[in-house]
Amino acid sequence: MTQPISLSRTRKIPGSFVVNGERHDITFSSHKTLLEVLREDLGLTGTKHGCELGECGACAVLVDGMPVLSCLALAAAYQDRGIATVEGMADGPSLHPLQEAFVELGAAQCGYCTPGVLLTARALLNENPRPTRHEIKKALAGNLCRCTGYIKIYEAVELAARRMRGEEAEPLEESLHGY
Amino acid sequence: MGTDAGRKPYSVIGTPRAKVDAATKCTGEAIFADDLVLPRMLSCKMLRSPHPHARIMRIDTAKAHALDGVHAVITGADLPIPFGILPVSQDEHALAPDHVRFIGDAVAAVAARDEDTATAALDLIEVEYHVLPPIGSVAQAATTPEPQLHGYADQGNLHKLIHLEFGDVEAGFGRADLVQDDVFFYEGSTHLPIEQHAALARYDKNGRLTLWSSTQTPHYVHRALAKVLELPPSRIRVIATPNGGGFGGKSDPFPHEIVVSKLAILTGRPVKICLTREEVFYCHRGRHPVLMRVRTGVTKDGSITAMDFESYLDGGAYGSYGVASAYYTGALQTVTYQVPAYRFRGARAFTNKAPCGPKRGHGTPQPRFAVEVTLDKIAERLELDPAAMRLRHLQPANSITANYLKIGTMGLGQCIERVCAGSGWNTRFRKLPYGYGLGLACSSYITGAGLPIYWNAMPHSGVQLKCDRGGGVTVFCGSTDIGQGSDSVLAYIVAEVLGLDPMKIAVVTADTDLTPVDLGSYSSRVTLMMGQAAIQAAERVKECIARAVAAKLDLSMERLTFSGERVCDREHPEDGMSFADAVVLAESASGTIGAVGSYTPARSPGRYRGSGVGPSPAYSYSACVAEVLVDGDTGIVQVPKVWIAHDVGQAINPALVMGQIEGGVYMGLGEALMEEMSYRENRNLVHKWPSMLEYKSPTTLEMCDVTTYLVGEPDPNGPFGAKEAGQGPLLPVMPAVANAIYDAVGVRIDEVPMSPPKVLKAIQAKAKGKEPRVGPTEAPDVAWPPVTAVPTPAEGGDGRAVEPGRAPAGGR
Repeated sequence: MTQPISLSRTRKIPGSFVVNGERHDITFSSHKTLLEVLREDLGLTGTKHGCELGECGACAVLVDGMPVLSCLALAAAYQDRGIATVEGMADGPSLHPLQEAFVELGAAQCGYCTPGVLLTARALLNENPRPTRHEIKKALAGNLCRCTGYIKIYEAVELAARRMRGEEAEPLEESLHGY
Repeated sequence: MGTDAGRKPYSVIGTPRAKVDAATKCTGEAIFADDLVLPRMLSCKMLRSPHPHARIMRIDTAKAHALDGVHAVITGADLPIPFGILPVSQDEHALAPDHVRFIGDAVAAVAARDEDTATAALDLIEVEYHVLPPIGSVAQAATTPEPQLHGYADQGNLHKLIHLEFGDVEAGFGRADLVQDDVFFYEGSTHLPIEQHAALARYDKNGRLTLWSSTQTPHYVHRALAKVLELPPSRIRVIATPNGGGFGGKSDPFPHEIVVSKLAILTGRPVKICLTREEVFYCHRGRHPVLMRVRTGVTKDGSITAMDFESYLDGGAYGSYGVASAYYTGALQTVTYQVPAYRFRGARAFTNKAPCGPKRGHGTPQPRFAVEVTLDKIAERLELDPAAMRLRHLQPANSITANYLKIGTMGLGQCIERVCAGSGWNTRFRKLPYGYGLGLACSSYITGAGLPIYWNAMPHSGVQLKCDRGGGVTVFCGSTDIGQGSDSVLAYIVAEVLGLDPMKIAVVTADTDLTPVDLGSYSSRVTLMMGQAAIQAAERVKECIARAVAAKLDLSMERLTFSGERVCDREHPEDGMSFADAVVLAESASGTIGAVGSYTPARSPGRYRGSGVGPSPAYSYSACVAEVLVDGDTGIVQVPKVWIAHDVGQAINPALVMGQIEGGVYMGLGEALMEEMSYRENRNLVHKWPSMLEYKSPTTLEMCDVTTYLVGEPDPNGPFGAKEAGQGPLLPVMPAVANAIYDAVGVRIDEVPMSPPKVLKAIQAKAKGKEPRVGPTEAPDVAWPPVTAVPTPAEGGDGRAVEPGRAPAGGR
């Protein structure tokens, strides 16, 4: 039997990643995905993984404002691009309106799909500040969530959208108490 | 935000509020098991059997050992002691010593400097298998007693056989005007938590092992590690990390948890594993596929005279929770509608598939599907409205069922009324155009199992409380937050009792070194049991503080109230002090302030063998109406809307209860329409689709709208009257969809999932004038053991079985 190729011995290459506005000059294994570089080389474990095959959406990050499945993205191809992860959503101690709405409504249960959902929703609201329920569903159709049934997620995105448009908005009574 | 002032007597309980850990979950701060990194950490990978059934003839790990970067390779010989979640089925090995029983059974493991090296080393392990014929179904297990997958089975390859009878079932059928006889099949499904299972073990130089793991049951993992590793429990610490979804799939002690622990001991370095998604499918422990036959005797008004229920469970390769699962398929039929005489026969088979176990609703969604669809057929035959028929025959509150389950509060009637009103049932059912339909179904679920997994007389939940001089309160409990919000419930309850802000309570949970035992997040037990223990601990602290404050203010303790972070005179609230000052006063008077609380469920009235499964301190109730749209040309079923009412007693936090209900409806919808954990029977029992792409689960585009009603009255056995919400609301969804499909197109799909090919087949059969139905027609032949006959309470029974050889009451 021949010795298998050990990927861990592939050459590390120098790279420069701009994540949440911060530049990181590192060396990394050239075969790594963006997910792996974020989690393992930059310590940004807020980005999650559920399949590492592009099926669940948990690893979604934004690249120049567009959602990208970081588990399918070859890191080397994303140098010098504007990468946004969940760690960069809050402004210091102030949560992003999406994060705030998710907290208020209980849109994060186990919280594992949440980073990918938040970033995908953020991309949606940047493009379309007034999405319909159906547009939210379409935007989030690639993010699986097993806890919430998605309903509190829609309601939180809608609440955040209203607040980001400058409206005074509170959760609906029936979202919190039922009918 | 809604306020409950004036509606409820509480300041915290009953008010929607954020979870105490919500912000960490929305910012990436929450640390899940695979996020942990320790210095010198090694990576673990496991080699798994490619055969569903084989003997291991030889394993050679020499080449893997020799690979640069590999630190240890272990096989079954290194971990010879068996384990399992139930004491009666200690049938698993962390690594198979000589016998593999399903594709995915682990046979060897590697610890290496990184994941890629560990993966490369797996390819160098040589395993020689002697392939054995696999068993692929219950029917095949019943006719293939040899070779046995496990020597301890009740009969051949039938793991467990149950035969119980409560009251005179045949006499009940004799009184019936109609006997409905149905056969149903409920396919298996899996939890599919988005987080893959992960675990990290460290063995320090003092000989102490620490395991961080995404587990719902750290206490049971602790016990399994001590057993298999032959270490004193006092040298093992298990910390459950936040679970990225559980649903029952992280409730067993798993081979990978034991393997990384062993590798950490052998290498002296921390070892981590994160399973691949494919491996998560092999861990499984999900919904059992169950074939069911139910015969129901009814009088013309729809009242049940007797029910005879048979279930046949495809258990997969190991015991897991399977004995409990088998009993659960027969336990809760009696708690919704009055069933005066009841027979249950259950068989669980060993097959060469990934082991089944508890998934949300544990063993009860399958029979609930059968019961609720059979009732819909009965109502149709009797020309009764299915909602009105159910309402007339509800099991009464504060009653004991034929199988000795003690019912407390019972809000099912209110649930039915709310969903019927909301959905326009009376004006729309059986009146919608072809293709559109409404269906109703109901359910009930336990709020915590009455008995622990292993027999003991100790509490099911313990809570410890500590106050510091700054007025801070820390609460410790072994409970595990799997996203349902149990950490928050702990804080809310302590805050309510002590008059504090829940966000200021520090919560320490799920750490066997730091926290008193709580049995874990399963059986919908946590809010009730942890909650009662927390109330007791908080009341004890409150009393200690109140004594000191009462002495200082020269008042009776009864005059004091704890609210708004103050302790003061109820009648003159200006006389008092801050909670922090009260703690200082109490600590000065009587020393360090702290207390413990614990909870043990009351004994249930059943005294027969098998009566341990089903009893609970309280039962939740749900009713659901589903609206469907069926495409007659394709068989595609869309569910635009579900109305669901849930009797939760008193909601601790209604927003979180809503989240549980909506999540339950979602998971039920997936089971109703698409989810299938199935195998290619003609291709070596390989899993059909161990990936998230091909294992269909609902996305945002399939999920229905949900209108949720919270109903019910506080249950005296629950903390502040709370009952469960995590599992029960899943149960009525599948039968409601099935009944709605019948309303829409007049065909019966007596099988879950109700996927388009089945619906289309039934529609085509109907068009040809054949039976408009898809579903099984017969059950396997099983030689049942002798009956355990138990006279019912109505017959004057005392909960005990009639002893064999003794004539039943009145038979002499």
